[in-house]
Amino acid sequence: MSNGNGNLLVAEKVRKEFGGLVATDDVDFTIPRGEVVSLIGPNGAGKTTFFNMLTGVYRPTSGRIVFDGEDVTGMPPHAITERGIGRTFQNIRLFQNMTALENVLVGMHARLKGGILSSIVRTPRIRREEASARDKGHELLRFCGLRNKDDEISRNLSYGDQRRLEVARALATQPKLLLLDEPTAGMNPQETADFTAFVERLRTEQALTVLMIEHDMRVVMNISDRVTVLDYGEKIAEGTPQEVQKDARVIEAYLGKQALELHAE
Amino acid sequence: MSELRDYRQPWWHRLTGVLGEPSRRWRAMDDRERFQAGIVLRAVLVGVLVYATSWPLALLVAVIFAVQYAQPYIPEGYAWLRRAVIPTIVLLVAVLYPFYNGRLPDMRWLGAFPDVNTAVIMGVYVIMAIGLNIVVGYAGLLDLGYVAFYAMGAYTCAWFASVQFAKHHVQFGAVGVASTTPGIHISIWLLVLLAGILTAIIGIVIGLPTLRLRGDYLAIVTLGFGEILPQVANNGDSLGGFNLTNGPNGITPIDAPGFFGVSFQSGSGTFFTGPRLFFWFVLLLVMITVFCSLRLRDSRLGRAWIAIREDETAAAAMGVPLMRTKTWAYATGAFFGGVAGAYFASFKSSTFPNDFNFNISAFILSMVILGGMGNVWGVIFGAAFLAYLNQEGLANIGHSINQHLGTHLDVPLYQFGIYGAIIVLTMLIRPEGLIPSARRRAEFHEGVSDTPLYDTQQ
Repeated sequence: MSNGNGNLLVAEKVRKEFGGLVATDDVDFTIPRGEVVSLIGPNGAGKTTFFNMLTGVYRPTSGRIVFDGEDVTGMPPHAITERGIGRTFQNIRLFQNMTALENVLVGMHARLKGGILSSIVRTPRIRREEASARDKGHELLRFCGLRNKDDEISRNLSYGDQRRLEVARALATQPKLLLLDEPTAGMNPQETADFTAFVERLRTEQALTVLMIEHDMRVVMNISDRVTVLDYGEKIAEGTPQEVQKDARVIEAYLGKQALELHAE
Repeated sequence: MSELRDYRQPWWHRLTGVLGEPSRRWRAMDDRERFQAGIVLRAVLVGVLVYATSWPLALLVAVIFAVQYAQPYIPEGYAWLRRAVIPTIVLLVAVLYPFYNGRLPDMRWLGAFPDVNTAVIMGVYVIMAIGLNIVVGYAGLLDLGYVAFYAMGAYTCAWFASVQFAKHHVQFGAVGVASTTPGIHISIWLLVLLAGILTAIIGIVIGLPTLRLRGDYLAIVTLGFGEILPQVANNGDSLGGFNLTNGPNGITPIDAPGFFGVSFQSGSGTFFTGPRLFFWFVLLLVMITVFCSLRLRDSRLGRAWIAIREDETAAAAMGVPLMRTKTWAYATGAFFGGVAGAYFASFKSSTFPNDFNFNISAFILSMVILGGMGNVWGVIFGAAFLAYLNQEGLANIGHSINQHLGTHLDVPLYQFGIYGAIIVLTMLIRPEGLIPSARRRAEFHEGVSDTPLYDTQQ
């Protein structure tokens, strides 16, 4: 426990400019340990940009990101993954010509030790490491609902399975914080419901902290402990789903009709 | 209504039913039909080999095909046997080659089977191609300057096993060198290893600044490095007054390797002749290279290479350190380039700056492309075949053509045109190479989704 208030991630005044465009404007943001936090906002609000800064894909123009008590601002992506942030991508980015199991094994990269010489000689330690990695990968695929899909080439998996595999691969990095970028995009209501239950399981069984970008308000309102709303790169609201739902600025900027429908139900 | 024509197919597939139509039909077949068609196609290939070459080659290919079909019937408990049969056959044929190659009947179009000396050169190119395959085939980094590593290996061997540094007098483990000979003379076996290591270090030094680049940019920078090293060799006869490379005159002679007082230069008796010894040990080096290459492919590092090739951004997000992993690929490829260069220099007993033109980089890359990027067996075939064409094949083909048609063509003169045509045809008809890896084949036909997401410059 690094900082007293139990925040796993603290972003202070994070700003990103692309040329003259301000994608995120001095956003302050915290993720408490063990909670599910949602980041919502209209298209182009800077959600994915914010995500990419957390994972080191973009370097913030200014501001500071502290993860688990350590300043990770401007670290390369692999270093951040190593420290415990796993992510999925908005548009699925699997290693398409690798099998499901291989995808998961790549996810374990930072947790395995095999070097170049020991891999050539294939020392007993490497053999054990590889065997246990395969077992774990197998286990993880089952946990994520991909039973018996280990040797399937990932491009041949169904859309829903590819989404599951993305999560499995992110979990293989053994994250403390899991970032999900629009995980239910393109899913049908049944798949979405399954996924919501799955995230719930991740939180309760694995004590994982989750940050997700999500457009489906039902998902957001169901599983989030906190919701942060971005609009034009600015944070316009933050709080519990109920609070955010009632916030006038949010309704105006984003939820609009959809929120009213939800109230009506 | 008549069937709509499929305009997604390239136009030449419409023109040439021979090339385009079967591949579409192939995709429409079920497993059973494919199995049957596979037998027919293989029989046709063997028939063509009998006609165009001669029976020994056709027999070897037929045996390999037969074993392939028999493999599923090997009982479960003998999985190792399943994997080992074909390599063992090929290895036996190769090891015994010097004993029977003189007695083989001539091939119809290609003339006599390659000489043992040619086989040594083929082996050296196989090592280089496998090394380049790690960089290009596994990690997907287009390297157009691979010859730099070959040069580095060759010069390392030349410096430490010749009279180049005549002021010094060091001998260690050298065979067949009089104790009074000046210069540095170290055992070639040590030098082969040392050349590999030094070249790998050079690879890291070159790689660190360049591997940040992607795709075309990387290719251009490596092209530059491939030009720089031969220029250094060419002008290195007076580096501040110090003669490092002996300039355009090159370094010659270079010691031959040896064992127990037997130098490969002269050999021993009629059984262990020089060329045979060189051949057997290049085979050994090839085997070691293949072994390392396969082990690496199936390791944590190999998976990371393939992941980078497929999608750099996703790989980084999964905890693969891009720079370090790419640099390892580069260094490993360089290592084998250096080993091959050192052995080759010792075999030729000379090294000249002119041996390291851009042509060679392109030539080795052609071997990888022709054989099938990412697949070691394909690359071995591509390298052996093109090296053979370069050494003997083209001259023999030219001879056959002139004899049959009564022309006076100097076919080897057009060698690079011919290799170029081979590569163009490969890329048009079978971009994944003759014997591709399953993964690479899928990539060429379905594409990869590696769009950059970084702003690393900031």
